[in-house]
Amino acid sequence: MSGFLDALLFQAGYNAALVALGATLLGFAAGAGGSFLFLRKRALVSDAVAHATLPGVGIAFILMVAFGGDGRSLIGLLAGSAVSAWLGLLAVEWMVRRTRLPEDAAIGAVLSVFFGLGVVLLTVIQGMSRGRQAGLEDFLLGSTAGMLRQDAILIAVGGVLIVGAIWLLRRPMTLVAFDPAFAAARGVDVRRVDLAMMGVVLAVTVIGLKLVGLILIVALLIIPPVTARFWSERAESVVWIAGAIGGVSGWIGAAWSASAPALPTGPIIVLVATGAFAVSLMLSPARGVVAAVMARRAFQTRVHRRQGLLALARSEPIHDRLTLKILRNEGFLRPDGVATEAGQRACARIARDEQRWSVARRLHHDTGLTGRYDGLTPITDVFTPDEIAWIDSNIASEGAA
Amino acid sequence: MADLTLIETPEPLDPASPLAVRGLTVSYGEKPALFSLDAQFPVGAMSAIVGPNGAGKSTFLKAALGLIPKVSGEVSVFGRDADRMRDRIAYVPQRASVDWDFPTTALDVVLMGLFGQVGLWRRITGQHRAHARACLARVGMEDFADRQIGQLSGGQQQRIFLARALAQDADLFLLDEPFAGVDAATEAAIIGVLKSLKAEGRSVVAVHHDLSTVAEYFDHVLLVNLRRIAEGPVATTFTADTLAEAYGGRLGAVQIDALALQGG
Repeated sequence: MSGFLDALLFQAGYNAALVALGATLLGFAAGAGGSFLFLRKRALVSDAVAHATLPGVGIAFILMVAFGGDGRSLIGLLAGSAVSAWLGLLAVEWMVRRTRLPEDAAIGAVLSVFFGLGVVLLTVIQGMSRGRQAGLEDFLLGSTAGMLRQDAILIAVGGVLIVGAIWLLRRPMTLVAFDPAFAAARGVDVRRVDLAMMGVVLAVTVIGLKLVGLILIVALLIIPPVTARFWSERAESVVWIAGAIGGVSGWIGAAWSASAPALPTGPIIVLVATGAFAVSLMLSPARGVVAAVMARRAFQTRVHRRQGLLALARSEPIHDRLTLKILRNEGFLRPDGVATEAGQRACARIARDEQRWSVARRLHHDTGLTGRYDGLTPITDVFTPDEIAWIDSNIASEGAA
Repeated sequence: MADLTLIETPEPLDPASPLAVRGLTVSYGEKPALFSLDAQFPVGAMSAIVGPNGAGKSTFLKAALGLIPKVSGEVSVFGRDADRMRDRIAYVPQRASVDWDFPTTALDVVLMGLFGQVGLWRRITGQHRAHARACLARVGMEDFADRQIGQLSGGQQQRIFLARALAQDADLFLLDEPFAGVDAATEAAIIGVLKSLKAEGRSVVAVHHDLSTVAEYFDHVLLVNLRRIAEGPVATTFTADTLAEAYGGRLGAVQIDALALQGG
């Protein structure tokens, strides 16, 4: 446990601190960059991109060994993965544009073919007599164990550059995600903005390969924005909240994995992000499960209160037990079923409201307003005081006639 | 060889017209949606594009804006290439084209209209926000500035789109069915704003589906069904004959007579 705390506070040595910093920055870049993908409704493309990195890793290793190296250079492996991920992305785009395949089918096809090829290449590499194959499988699930100082620096610098690119492109990317037709009419090159968006995703995937692994990097791109959406109704805040969630997940995940090196890093980072998602799903004030249940309860109470008071006003018997319970709890009804003074006042108020509504719906010509009658909304919420006075004068004259 | 007559270079499209096209053909696959269309809208007027479903009305706007490629023809906006006039054209797309659960407020949407001025780098200042709020006020929506757009009614959403176009301070407004599926109050509010734009000397071109209000709202009309059927002032162009030609059997003779009488 103390090992975990040390790592969390960047006290577990220079290397571990660099790794934690890199994971934080990468997580931030993934959350913020993934937001635009999520808003553009293309989140799954990132899965194809991630799986398409694997053959590139294998080919880069083989090439480096063939030229006499040991095949361990992270930059070399990442460059290879970037090339094959780019090819995978182009393949998806090409299939969607040139054939009748829908995007999800194209993604599935590219993802499985590239991943299959990658696994075959890794198997071939295991049988090679030269090069140092150990550690290549870390690209699947991510690992901090044995990470070199320059690897951690590469991840940190990459994260900063990606966040900078996102900041620069935030306006056109938001515009294109929300309303591509309007963006195009304003002279924004939608195709290029989409490509830039994919470029950001590809960069996150490639930089994150060693740390998070290709199987789970998609989760780090998708979970933070989905979580952030629970907390904000504005795109710009969603992007930065998602960045923060991704950053914290990367930081905690890297620290945890540093204190227990046998654990793969990617799954831990993703589990931390998932924890934030679960909490948001339950507790978000506007969109959470708890808030929805409470809003439903409050609505049900309003319906029963109104129905009960209307029945009282008409001296009809009330049979519904929930209605009786609500009226009693709120002091409108005595235990023996007779209305209290407060109950009588409430009845009178509601009866008058109903009468005003019925007159308004008959005489007022704006159906936009009278259409808001739903049995629950008080008429004073819809009409202005002078209009209510006009309605009341109509009631009075009808009563006189 | 002497009896070959030289085909003269055609006159350039009228540079005074906010939007003029000649020989415009647009095709989805190998089925043209518009064929060799000519049109020339007058400046400082309200013009309607009218025709049956699938006649190419929305396609016309999109092609004029360069959103979809044209097979042939030329488009001129105030005598110049539309690509170079983007800041002077405000486009209000059909309401249905947007995800209403998108995390954005009414004010944010209107601020998008300032994209041309704010660009990639500049900060959004209080002045920009004040301008956006003034545009919201012009469509009667200032009290809804901070609402997420999905919480607005269809008519209110359409007003927000119009406010976004207003924020752009353009000279030509292109609207795609601005009155589709909106309530009567919104229709009145939108037409009020469009008339005030016209009073300021700006030009409005709207795809319009409600034949009964063409004569009341618009000065100029383009009747289209794949080709141009007729174009000109509503009073002389929007007649029983042209309507019958544009709509074919889709409108009954009685209906056409009633509409043309209103117009005449």
